[in-house]
Amino acid sequence: MKTWKTILAAAAIALATSTAAMAARTDLVVGVVLEPPHLDPTAGAAAAIDEVVYANVFEGLTRVGPKGEVLPDLAESWTVSDDGKVYTFKLHSGVKFHDGSDFSADDVKFSLDRARAEDSTNAQKALFEAIDTVEVVDPTTVKVTLKQPQGAFLYNMAWGDAVIVSPKSADTNKEKPIGTGPFKFDSWARGAAIKLVKADNYWGAPAALDKVEFRIIPDASAAVPALLSGDVQAFPNMPVGDSLSQLQSDPRLKVVIGSTEGETILAMNNKKPPFDNLKVRQAISHALDRKAIIDGASNGLGTPIGSHFAPHNPAYIDLTGTYPHDVEKAKELLKEAGLENGFKTTLKLPPPPYARDGGQIIASELREIGIDAEIVPLEWADWLKQVFTDKDYDMTIVSHTEPNDIDIYARKDYYFNYDNAAFDKVIDELNLTSDEARRRELYGEAQKILAQDAPVGFLFELPKIGVWDAKLEGMWDNSPIQANDLTKVKWAE
Amino acid sequence: MTAYITKRLLIALVTILVASVIVFSMLEIVPGDPARVMLGMNATPEALQALRDQMGLDQPLLVRYFDWIGQLLVFDFGKSYTYNIPVRDLIAERVVVSLPLAIMALALSTLIAIPVGIFSAERRGRMADTLSMGAAQIGVAVPNFWFALLLVYVFAVWLRLVPAGGFPGWGAGAWPALKALILPAIALALPQAAILSRVTRSAMLDVLGEDYIRTARAKGMPRNVVLWHHALRNALIPVLTILGLQFAFLLAGTIIIENVFYLPGLGRLVFQAITQRDLIVVEGVVMLLVAVVVLVNLLVDLSYAVVDPRLRTSR
Amino acid sequence: MTIIADEPVPEPQPGFLALALRNRSFVVGALLTLFIAGMALLSFFWTPYDVTRLVVADRMLPLSSAHWFGTDQFGRDVLSMIMIGARASIAVALVAVVIGLGVGVPLGCWAAARGGIVDEVLMRFNDVVFAFPALLMAILITAIFGPSATNAVIAIGIFNIPVFARVARAGALAIWPREFILAARAAGKGKARITAEHILPNIANLLLVQGTIQFALGVLAEAGLSYVGLGVQPPMPSWGRMLFDAQPRMMVAPTLALFPGLAIVITVLGLNLLGDGVSDAIDPKLRRQR
Repeated sequence: MKTWKTILAAAAIALATSTAAMAARTDLVVGVVLEPPHLDPTAGAAAAIDEVVYANVFEGLTRVGPKGEVLPDLAESWTVSDDGKVYTFKLHSGVKFHDGSDFSADDVKFSLDRARAEDSTNAQKALFEAIDTVEVVDPTTVKVTLKQPQGAFLYNMAWGDAVIVSPKSADTNKEKPIGTGPFKFDSWARGAAIKLVKADNYWGAPAALDKVEFRIIPDASAAVPALLSGDVQAFPNMPVGDSLSQLQSDPRLKVVIGSTEGETILAMNNKKPPFDNLKVRQAISHALDRKAIIDGASNGLGTPIGSHFAPHNPAYIDLTGTYPHDVEKAKELLKEAGLENGFKTTLKLPPPPYARDGGQIIASELREIGIDAEIVPLEWADWLKQVFTDKDYDMTIVSHTEPNDIDIYARKDYYFNYDNAAFDKVIDELNLTSDEARRRELYGEAQKILAQDAPVGFLFELPKIGVWDAKLEGMWDNSPIQANDLTKVKWAE
Repeated sequence: MTAYITKRLLIALVTILVASVIVFSMLEIVPGDPARVMLGMNATPEALQALRDQMGLDQPLLVRYFDWIGQLLVFDFGKSYTYNIPVRDLIAERVVVSLPLAIMALALSTLIAIPVGIFSAERRGRMADTLSMGAAQIGVAVPNFWFALLLVYVFAVWLRLVPAGGFPGWGAGAWPALKALILPAIALALPQAAILSRVTRSAMLDVLGEDYIRTARAKGMPRNVVLWHHALRNALIPVLTILGLQFAFLLAGTIIIENVFYLPGLGRLVFQAITQRDLIVVEGVVMLLVAVVVLVNLLVDLSYAVVDPRLRTSR
Repeated sequence: MTIIADEPVPEPQPGFLALALRNRSFVVGALLTLFIAGMALLSFFWTPYDVTRLVVADRMLPLSSAHWFGTDQFGRDVLSMIMIGARASIAVALVAVVIGLGVGVPLGCWAAARGGIVDEVLMRFNDVVFAFPALLMAILITAIFGPSATNAVIAIGIFNIPVFARVARAGALAIWPREFILAARAAGKGKARITAEHILPNIANLLLVQGTIQFALGVLAEAGLSYVGLGVQPPMPSWGRMLFDAQPRMMVAPTLALFPGLAIVITVLGLNLLGDGVSDAIDPKLRRQR
């Protein structure tokens, strides 16, 4: 009798484990907030494109890993000449595009030349500016010669805008992307979902998932129930609204608060009075209560910043104490600037909640020191035109999500209208330096200059709230680059 | 009769033509550069210009208008600036969400409103009439998007019977897709049902007061036969008119509801296109909706003529 | 429309108010409308809390004796927000009605007085406006010219014009053949003068009824536009905007979505009942039917 029980129990266990093994899922529905306008990362700046295709469908010479490090991708190795100007990439062999054609050095030359061509519609042409020539040495070797050494060249080649495409499909990648990645494009129901399936004959370690669907769910009110009901099993960058605690208390779900490269700032038009006055900018910085802003606009999760740099970066220095929240001091500074009665101004806000919610709080805080900021909500299209292109604005709130982008303050004619020769000099030197220690020093200097000069109000680093099924493994905790890399994701058995 | 139909057709055509001029010129003054929108914050001027040339944005105004009209005539709505695929395909993808939604809402509203209207008319002044017309009065006052929020809270957030939003696509099977449309259809139908039941009731009251109904009753015809057979048939004309108008309204009125539920329908398409300055999509969808409204109005006008011969000569 | 009676429509006589006060719809509608209007007026002088100051630490408090309707995501008192929100609803809808009356009624009367080609052109243009899905066009207008209360008023007002033009024209056409008008014409009065002296007073009731209907529709339209972010802009509170903000927070604070919606329903219900009541009181035939 007892033996029977044991046998039965053993059988039950065996059965249970075998069904579990059989049931190990290979499909995944990932929630994304924004729908990409198209799927060609080499012809558009929208982060939503990379969030679908980066690493999954398209691959570059190099790629960015989960910690923000540069990893080899289609190039298995490379050598750099002593003067730092010539990069020779050794490519993987036996790589095929999803349409069956072979990948070779010709495709690399085609892709890089296309991206930096005169009529290129690549949104990040600056990434390729340093390239002088691209030569095919043999089918698996490419030699890239730079005009001058560039410290960030390998990193630049890891961007989604620098992925390698085939000449045959380059013009149709927007609708039907053909890459070399472990997933190939399946279908796109516009406004609803994009589907990928596992690619056959992938050159590297094949993906664990067979089918992936990116479901477009733009708002917390739909995203939260979709996750709770299991319709969507992962939301790497989730709009949670105020439902975070509810999600955290659900044992079926895993909530990971990670970091992004998004410095959220209160940008000011530095050429337009009174923002051309350092005292006014300092007063505004003193008026900002970062804690209240983070609580109200970012679920209390953002990390305060005091300069334009990501806190998780090794070169980061904490400068949040430069202009602490101090209403009296702010009023005093305004008085010194001859504006003791305050002034009227406008605050133009793009659509994301951090801007719209943060804007209301900031307007209320500025009112405390006598600045009457009228809120003007703008759609992205209008924001790009009015604020970013025409610089027709006083103040705005936006998150700069590109990684390591402190150099934007040195760009001539950038929308801040900021001009500081000392800062430009630091950035110029940085561009020519490849020594890590020296680079870190220069990054530190750049941060300090910005913190002191307060060309913008530094608010917080945008958090990444990732929520997914607790049985899912291999999701990225942080967003060192805008991507949802699913190549290592699998269901636990 | 032919003259009447010709005139109506001509008016419909002129309406659509005038509408096309208004739509086109309105979108001409929209601020924002589609090329900038497509390429984003760090695009270079050369890249922008290259794209502008590619899209023909620098052509003269009239050339673009006539190009556009010419294409519309062959149902070519152009290519979306943002999606880079024919607008016709986009519309086709979205119609399969909006049309079933509008039909479901219309069916639901009719199924509720007509019986309620008849029931109330028959019991005029009694408790049942007062209650149902009171409910209709409230129904007219409820904004459909607020009603939608309440439905989401009860059935999606609280009871978790249906999804709170999003659309799995018809590829996911008929039931999951229909499930996603249930709440939006109810939210759309209720205010319409309220209006329709009031119209039905008053139309029935008008007819019930007519001599021939009284005669029929006096002759001892069964109550139900009088009510359903004679009265309803005659009351149906104004009811059908309202129904026709409501269908056009529902197709357009899904804009806000589709936004509440994140349904990828025509309304959401046009709303997104407006915010992304995908003008060619906006033009296409607005013209389509205008054409539908004009067409439905035309059919209603023509059906009048069929039903009421007097109208054919007047006007 | 059956509202046009056989005799010239009587002007509101001394008995009108007495008649109206006996009408249940009118009384309830008037009370609800007065309540909302009173709330809006009161908000100019007093609200329980100052809504221009955001106290993030007090965000999303539940209902309590301190905050009857709780607080929103910025710690603002919801009751105070609803009181001030009434202003936006009333102002937008009212001005839109005034635009419709101011442009539509002269057009309608002109069309009725002149007839012929003027009438035809005006009415065809009306058809064009009617053919546009009104809400879609309002969204388009506000999205293009920038979301603001002013643009919302214009967008809603434009679509009120053909409505009033139609009502005015229909009413005027029914009165022109009357004997007292013929008498006035025989006395040598011009068309404009007749319209001003005889037509307008006689169609005023019709316009009043239509006015309350359009007012109610305007409140709904404003709420809808503000809900999609194209109407009244923050920090000015509006009911539609409050509902938009409440939506993603419904799981944690469902009451945020409750009260603004109720405020809209009460306003629209009040106006509709008022309109019904007025039309009943001035039209004996309809009253008999009810």
